[in-house]
Amino acid sequence: MNAMHDLGGMQGFGPVREEQNEPVFHAPWEGRVLGMVRSLLYTREWNIDEFRSMQERVPARTYLTVSYYHRWLLSITASALAHGLVTADELEAGRASGQPKAVAQTMTPGKEKVAFVRGAFGRTPAGEARFKPGDRVHTRNLHPAGHTRLPRYARDKIGTIERVHGCHVFPDAVVAGRGEDPQWLYAVAFDGRELWGSDADPALVVSIDAFEPYLEHA
Amino acid sequence: MSAHDHDHDHDHGSELSEVQLRVRALETVLTEKGYVDPTVLDRIVEHFETRVGPHVGARIVARAWTDPAFRAALLADATRAVNESGSFEPIGDHLVAVENTPEQHNVVVCTLCSCYPWDVLGLPPVWYKSAPYRSRVVMDPRSVLADFRVSLPEGTRVRVWDSTAETRYLVVPERPAGTDGWSEERLAALVTRDSMIGTGLALDPAEVSS
Repeated sequence: MNAMHDLGGMQGFGPVREEQNEPVFHAPWEGRVLGMVRSLLYTREWNIDEFRSMQERVPARTYLTVSYYHRWLLSITASALAHGLVTADELEAGRASGQPKAVAQTMTPGKEKVAFVRGAFGRTPAGEARFKPGDRVHTRNLHPAGHTRLPRYARDKIGTIERVHGCHVFPDAVVAGRGEDPQWLYAVAFDGRELWGSDADPALVVSIDAFEPYLEHA
Repeated sequence: MSAHDHDHDHDHGSELSEVQLRVRALETVLTEKGYVDPTVLDRIVEHFETRVGPHVGARIVARAWTDPAFRAALLADATRAVNESGSFEPIGDHLVAVENTPEQHNVVVCTLCSCYPWDVLGLPPVWYKSAPYRSRVVMDPRSVLADFRVSLPEGTRVRVWDSTAETRYLVVPERPAGTDGWSEERLAALVTRDSMIGTGLALDPAEVSS
């Protein structure tokens, strides 16, 4: 969906400010939120793609004004309610009152190492890759109402296949409820002037990682 | 500089306490219902506060600077190179290492969320997740580099990698001059977090005390 998260190429947000000696967490609650995010993903009630999709559904004004971990809190709270893990009354009271829903698994002490390692998203391909390095491709002009990983600034543009990353879980399909639907994934490089016009820096090249359904031969 | 002389997006004041209360309520309910375990949460926090961080990536870069075979393997398949070296904690799939050269400077971003190579750099800084960085670095990276007081020669190609899938990018900065014969450990001290994102360069040997 064309929501606030899709920030590439927007203007007017001001300078990037680096914080000197920045701590890993700015307050203890941020670490608790991270721990809950990882633990809840482990239950398999939702996955990383659905988690990202929930963040995209945070209203635009809120998206821009709350901190990163606050946004995570809003997302997991909404997901926990939607999946029936908790009720609004329980959150209001700050204590459980209903019976827990059965989940696939829970992260008990000793299993936390799973939270330290990234998941594996490569899958066995069902067919040959449609594109090879050097191929000129046209990104499709897609504006789905649901989740996609094709940013707006890179739609309907001409680029070049630079790398073939293998065959990966397709987030758009996962969030749409169509399962993993693995797709070939490519690094597609664009000349800066293709993206931003003739006044753009001629020495700029930008790439995205694009799933095959986003692409057609140019 | 006062505590509020900045405009990045972490919470302050009354909002903080309200958020704290909501986090506590959620953790309590989830714990009582058996979905999360506070000990596990403690360990996850400890892991990200103490064990992973840019020091991991810095060692990998220093190895690439000193070991040509490792460098070649890293650029071909970074996850495999790191995991097969036996020198580092195992990392997850799809890490891609991109090397800076005099002709090309690499910069990493995730415009759609905040994808970042946690395995080798730890959790991202606030600015990496912020709207100013994510919006501008794909369009005008030189102005973003200027915010970091980095200036590149005009002809240097700037190559921005937008992490829109489950690949994760690590920049291998250029090895500074004047470091011939340095040990891996000494070299690693020159490799900053920002130099591995692409918003910085490796430190000049003169900048670090011996």
